[in-house]
Amino acid sequence: MTIAISVKNLSKQYRIGAAQQKFRYGMFRDVLVDTLMTPVRIYRALRGQGMQGTNGTATIWALNDVSFDLEEGKVLGIVGRNGAGKSTLLKILSRVTEPTKGTVTVRGRVGSLLEVGTGFHPELTGRENIYMNGAILGMKRAEIDSKFDEMVDFSEVGQFIDTPVKRYSSGMYLRLAFAVAAHLEPEILVVDEVLAVGDAEFQRKCLGKMSDVAQQGRTVLFVSHNMSAILRLTQEAIVLKKGQLIKRAATPEAVDFYLSSGQAESGERVWEAEEVPAASAPFRPISLRLKDRSGKIVDTVRSTEPVTVEWEYRLDAPITGLRVGMYLNTMRGEYVFTAFDTDDAKQYEQFGARQTGRYISRCEIPADFFNEGRYSLGVNASSFGVRRYFMDENALSFNVDISGAPGTQWPEIRQGPIRPRFDWKIEKIE
Amino acid sequence: MTELTKHEPTTVYIKPSTGFTALNLRDLWVYRELVLFMIWRDIKVRYKQTMLGAAWAIIQPVMTMIVFNFVFVTVAKVPTDGIPYPIFAFTALLPWGLFVTALNQASRSLTSNHNMITKIYFPRLILPVSSVLAGLVDFAIAFVILIVLMIYFKVAPAWNVLWALPLFLLLAIVTALGVALWLSAINVKYRDVNYALPFITQFWLFVTPVAYSSKVISENLSEKWLLIYSLNPMAGVVNGFRWALLGAGNGPDAALWISVGISLLVLISGIFYFRNMEKTFADTI
Repeated sequence: MTIAISVKNLSKQYRIGAAQQKFRYGMFRDVLVDTLMTPVRIYRALRGQGMQGTNGTATIWALNDVSFDLEEGKVLGIVGRNGAGKSTLLKILSRVTEPTKGTVTVRGRVGSLLEVGTGFHPELTGRENIYMNGAILGMKRAEIDSKFDEMVDFSEVGQFIDTPVKRYSSGMYLRLAFAVAAHLEPEILVVDEVLAVGDAEFQRKCLGKMSDVAQQGRTVLFVSHNMSAILRLTQEAIVLKKGQLIKRAATPEAVDFYLSSGQAESGERVWEAEEVPAASAPFRPISLRLKDRSGKIVDTVRSTEPVTVEWEYRLDAPITGLRVGMYLNTMRGEYVFTAFDTDDAKQYEQFGARQTGRYISRCEIPADFFNEGRYSLGVNASSFGVRRYFMDENALSFNVDISGAPGTQWPEIRQGPIRPRFDWKIEKIE
Repeated sequence: MTELTKHEPTTVYIKPSTGFTALNLRDLWVYRELVLFMIWRDIKVRYKQTMLGAAWAIIQPVMTMIVFNFVFVTVAKVPTDGIPYPIFAFTALLPWGLFVTALNQASRSLTSNHNMITKIYFPRLILPVSSVLAGLVDFAIAFVILIVLMIYFKVAPAWNVLWALPLFLLLAIVTALGVALWLSAINVKYRDVNYALPFITQFWLFVTPVAYSSKVISENLSEKWLLIYSLNPMAGVVNGFRWALLGAGNGPDAALWISVGISLLVLISGIFYFRNMEKTFADTI
């Protein structure tokens, strides 16, 4: 067997500067001081010290000494929690970013299903964008010509092919973009499901395309948080943890290892001290949990049961005007809601000013709320108009199981992120 | 499903680049179709959703010419070597307009295409290169007006226009590209470029004999200052255009070679700087 991908001692270091600390209070005084410091900054920039200034630069190893070989025609799953280095690995393989150390040998063209719509211009027509996007993805003109009709069929935009894509619905836009990416036919395909956009139907189409590609004997790298998809689509998997490859095995074994080693998306997110930016002090997040009715931590939420969200944190100094809350997003990136623990005026009076100490903010999301699919929970701690202490837009993600939810007797996809149980009244009036 | 094309796939080695990266112009050649597509896209969308469309390519230099005509003829009475001022100014405004448009578009080309840079690989040089080349279309449109003006004022170019003009045009492009490579690469990390650019182009306009004749300069500056003045490659371009099209001035001289030398120096150093910064584009943009 020929080796399609050979990764040797691959490391990637990122600088995580404290640059976001700039203008912490958004006050005129800061802006003024900043302006007066300009000569110092220019001097530092010229000496190649970057913009971090006196705060110094912290660095993290997004990938640390990762090595593996992948044979041609194999499908490899990559699992690991957020920040484990999965996306960095794919970025290096697709040559978007350079490694800091180590080498990769890639045999063949690398295509990715996360590049959908890159380079699409809203003013260009569907036809023009197909050519443009195809060229960006590395296709030759002749190659695009020969696959053009197939792409148009696949995208189902038909008669609108000569309309500027800014007039397209978002669904049409996405289908067209995907049609181009799906017809690239690279020797090596990388799929980052974590970053995948689109509705459930669209994601199914992506996965379908992926298994087609795998069956044609091409090499596939598949990143996902969805263990059942990993189990279904890959024979072998690697587990990444904090940038290191800690396991490579047949998929069932690797998934088992990942789930049992307690670092899976287990319905709980724990913040290690080094994951919290210094700028968020005195607020220090500890953990975020999802619990079912019996108090058990869950990663799959039943739509028909209420679920409790708990955020544990510590205040190292008293904070006034504090609000601690969450965002709920669909995997498509649409907001479902934003809610804070001191939204209620009375609650704010009592807890707006909080003393030093350890706290839990807890709330219950009622039953019959979620629709089928995957959601992402973000967190935010801030004092309105003063400062945002901590924010993580994607702190925890979870799946929703809809068995028993309204309308499940029909095997169809229900549109929209929520699935409420209404009290329908039907009366015969004639 | 189309069958998998069985050809020998190319092998790519990915490793950290050390020191000055090899130029890797071969990659640029492999992606030559993308350069054409990017130029085509820039041209296609440039005047979209404007009422006057490509007429802007004419309006801009013509209006500038009219303003210059008022300021430098009616008010300041600048000598023009006996050439009617409108055509004298317009001949210079053509390459100058090309240069400024190219510089503006190319310096912002990386930041305005950041989603391409963070998602896929392609030689990043394509972005500034195609932005510069796309400016040639505006140049061609405005050139028609120049021909009309030349017929109106009964000015006929000498035969050497045929070889000289393309070469001076090339010099303008090389200069624009060289400066744009520096600025676009810096712009990825320091957006100060966006604010400095209008100032840079304005300043540059003053030190280039666009509105006035270079004769005024050579008569009023001492030897030393004249040398410094001719370090500006655009001075060479503008003088060259006037010489090729209108027969003004003495034609290629030592100052021109200084211009060419500086221009090539900026381009080559720009390419090296760009290639060296390229590896961090996706991380810092």
